[in-house]
Amino acid sequence: MRRYFGRKLLIYIFTFALAVTIDWLIPRFMPGNPIQILISRAALKAESAQLLYSYYMKAFGLNVPIWQQYLNFWKALFHGDFGVSIWLFPQPVLKIIVRALPYDVLLLLPSILASWFAGNKFGAYAARSKWLDSTISPIGYILTATPYMWLGMVLAWFFGIKLHLLPFSGAYSYAIMPSLSWTFVGSLLKHWILPFASLFLVMFGGWAIGMRNMIIYELEADYSHYLEALGAPRKLVRNYAFHNAILPQITGLALQLGAIVGGALVTEIVFSYPGIGYLILQAIQNHDYFLLQGCFLFIIIGVLLANFAIDIIYVLVDPRTRTGMQGEG
Amino acid sequence: MSLQVENLTVYYQTLRGDVHALESTTFGIADGEIMGLAGESGCGKTTLGQGLILLKPPMKLIKGSVTLDNEELPIWDTERMNNFRFKKISIIPQYAMNAMNPTRKIGKMTAELLKSRNVNFKAILSELKRRLDLVKLSYDVLNMYPIELSGGMKQRMVMVLSTILNPSLLIADEITSALDVSSQKAVAEMLVEFRDQGYCKSMIVITHDISILYQIADSILIMYAGQLAEKASNDVIISAPRHPYTKMLISTLPEVGVRHAEKRLAGIPGGPPLLLNPPIGCRFRERCPVAFEKCLEKPPLIEIEKNHFVACWKVGD
Amino acid sequence: MLYFMLRNAKLRIGVAVVLIFVVLALVGPLLTKYQPRDYVSPGVQPPSSEFWFGTTSFGEDVFTQFVYGLRSTFIIGIIGGGIGTLIGIFIGFISGYRGGIVDEILNMFTNIVLVIPSLVVLLIIAAYLEVRGFLFESLFIGFFAWPWAARAVRAQTFSLRSRDFVDLARMSGMKPLKIIIKEIAPNMMSYLLLVYILQFGGAVLTAATLDFIGLGPTNGISLGLMMNYAVIHGALILGMWWWFIPPGLAITAIVGALYVTNVGLDEVFNPKLREM
Repeated sequence: MRRYFGRKLLIYIFTFALAVTIDWLIPRFMPGNPIQILISRAALKAESAQLLYSYYMKAFGLNVPIWQQYLNFWKALFHGDFGVSIWLFPQPVLKIIVRALPYDVLLLLPSILASWFAGNKFGAYAARSKWLDSTISPIGYILTATPYMWLGMVLAWFFGIKLHLLPFSGAYSYAIMPSLSWTFVGSLLKHWILPFASLFLVMFGGWAIGMRNMIIYELEADYSHYLEALGAPRKLVRNYAFHNAILPQITGLALQLGAIVGGALVTEIVFSYPGIGYLILQAIQNHDYFLLQGCFLFIIIGVLLANFAIDIIYVLVDPRTRTGMQGEG
Repeated sequence: MSLQVENLTVYYQTLRGDVHALESTTFGIADGEIMGLAGESGCGKTTLGQGLILLKPPMKLIKGSVTLDNEELPIWDTERMNNFRFKKISIIPQYAMNAMNPTRKIGKMTAELLKSRNVNFKAILSELKRRLDLVKLSYDVLNMYPIELSGGMKQRMVMVLSTILNPSLLIADEITSALDVSSQKAVAEMLVEFRDQGYCKSMIVITHDISILYQIADSILIMYAGQLAEKASNDVIISAPRHPYTKMLISTLPEVGVRHAEKRLAGIPGGPPLLLNPPIGCRFRERCPVAFEKCLEKPPLIEIEKNHFVACWKVGD
Repeated sequence: MLYFMLRNAKLRIGVAVVLIFVVLALVGPLLTKYQPRDYVSPGVQPPSSEFWFGTTSFGEDVFTQFVYGLRSTFIIGIIGGGIGTLIGIFIGFISGYRGGIVDEILNMFTNIVLVIPSLVVLLIIAAYLEVRGFLFESLFIGFFAWPWAARAVRAQTFSLRSRDFVDLARMSGMKPLKIIIKEIAPNMMSYLLLVYILQFGGAVLTAATLDFIGLGPTNGISLGLMMNYAVIHGALILGMWWWFIPPGLAITAIVGALYVTNVGLDEVFNPKLREM
């Protein structure tokens, strides 16, 4: 097991290093003095531009050799210094991101968990009978083929405009200040439902289809045949199949995180939901490359942490990893 | 008669048509008898074994009846057969080494399986332990996962599990095929021990290895291309077979002590026919050295002497 | 084989749907006399007999944009999917065939690329580029979509490489590259087709998403771009459903049909999956 975790840790460290390097490299792709170009693009007032310029010249230390610049970047990172935003100057990038973070958690955590559990359940149902399969499977395929942002648009238009039932912009009503009151929470929830639903539905389709296939595979396994030969009731066979089929779904979750992040990103854009995804869009539109880089790093860290958590869960759940057999390479 | 099989005919449904895997098979097994079922790959022995206990698509029952302990086995009815499975008829499958759920501890799986069949695990536990002793497995295996056991250990565990409810009929499907010679001997002896201890009443031992049957079977049934060729007691089959196929089969067995220079091993030239469109009449006639025109008509199974059945026109008085 | 293909319902439906859109993409532009950005009529108009899909806020013909957009969607799907499949095949084959340390390293590399949220990286890269063309977009999509293909190809190569006919070739001294090309690849053709179909569908989705954020090609029109414009110019609020529903619907239909085709083909190639 130590080998299993050791290998995983190695991958994560490499990935993180690669991501940071990409992040550091990107502004240097542009010809000329990157700082000058960045700041001039942002069209700031002369004094602020000067301030920012000197700050970043020092921070990036462009007068020192390249490798030292690289190391300085890492150093700043470990001090929690993600730089200063151009668009929302002089707020530090980290502060802006942390403000947006709760909304992402609010959106992502429930939708991922709910869609995973519900999708697996329905996938299991689909594997039970032909009739269920012919209804659940097509729905699953259609849902998983639906682009996240389009479903968001359709839901926003239908429930927001046509039916005037739910709001489709922002995290809470503009008229309310955040507080621990019921009105605020109510408004928060109302604004949350549509983006949540749009994420949930697409992911649900994917899990349902995946689980259906895994269960069919397990039902064809030798141990299933043996149980049937010994007269075990269908319930027991299905129970075992379900527990065995869930395992690859757990690793599947880890692998899908990258795609899910992308989906959350566009969903936030459609609903103007103030998470990190929406922040990225605004950063791009306002040429705030420092904010962009900070968001990117933050997302990578989040994904790696989530991956690690899932790896731990997997080891706890699959006895084979504990008794010496190698899990997923 | 403990088991009586009458005219059992089972086909496999495939996209290209029906494969005539088992054709009009009739035989009987007495209480306490160990019958060996031997033949080449694809002769229908596994179909017979599987069909008796778990007949599900793509297998389909064409005709025939099976009676166990004077009670008809509704093999075509999966629901009703459940009452018989595990308790009256049981199987040690060919895939015994993969037969246990890899993510459940063996003891837990056994308890859950027994519970689902309305058997109290605790009441059985002491008997279970006694049988584990017999097959030389420590009680610790109940607390282990299948992956922690070697192939042979898993197989012995499955042997114990399949017989724990003392079924009347036990089907052992190719259980020695994946083992080395000394393990084969041990497992074969265990089978006999099971019968002697009363863990099961009668047994069908399916294998392509006749030498094993020679050691443990009371009677041997030889199958060819889905049809029954010959059935007789152990020594009669080995020393005085009457069916041409059986004769050639026995003579292909290498004898201990005989060198290749002295007597060359004979094979049976040709191969078994495809059963999608089986040849009419006796299916062995294309490879048979003594075939003649009458073989185009299917020979009936005749009892030429007591408990010796042969299906061949050339045999019989 | 063809017989089974024709009989499989999933395959028939999937291919039919995709073909409908392909035909629309090829023939559509001939049915309209306008260009996507032409001003055809004042104001915002719902679908009518004159403008089948209505017009946009700028008075452009939605149907024209739609059929031209379909073209670029298919092109990106073909090229982006192709690049992803090729890279995946290359890495997957080598990884699966050589095994050992080569496999370990390549596998680690594959996992790393897999974990990184590709959309975010694509965003960053695209954001820094001033001018973007279709080729670039396809390239980038392919560069990040290949891990799935590589994993699949690696698994198949593993199972094929230990088969007898491969051992035979190896023992007779055939060079590894030759073995891959002459012995393993032909047996994997059907599988590679399945991989390509999935890559194609994935590329279409990714491209639509990129275009929607506004980071697609700087010239031309695509389905994702249509949705982008629609949202930016308030199509949702103004209830101009004819502007944003067709593009997304088309993508859902095409990608969904591709997935179903994939399953159908799998059933045709793997007899065990076929229903009786």
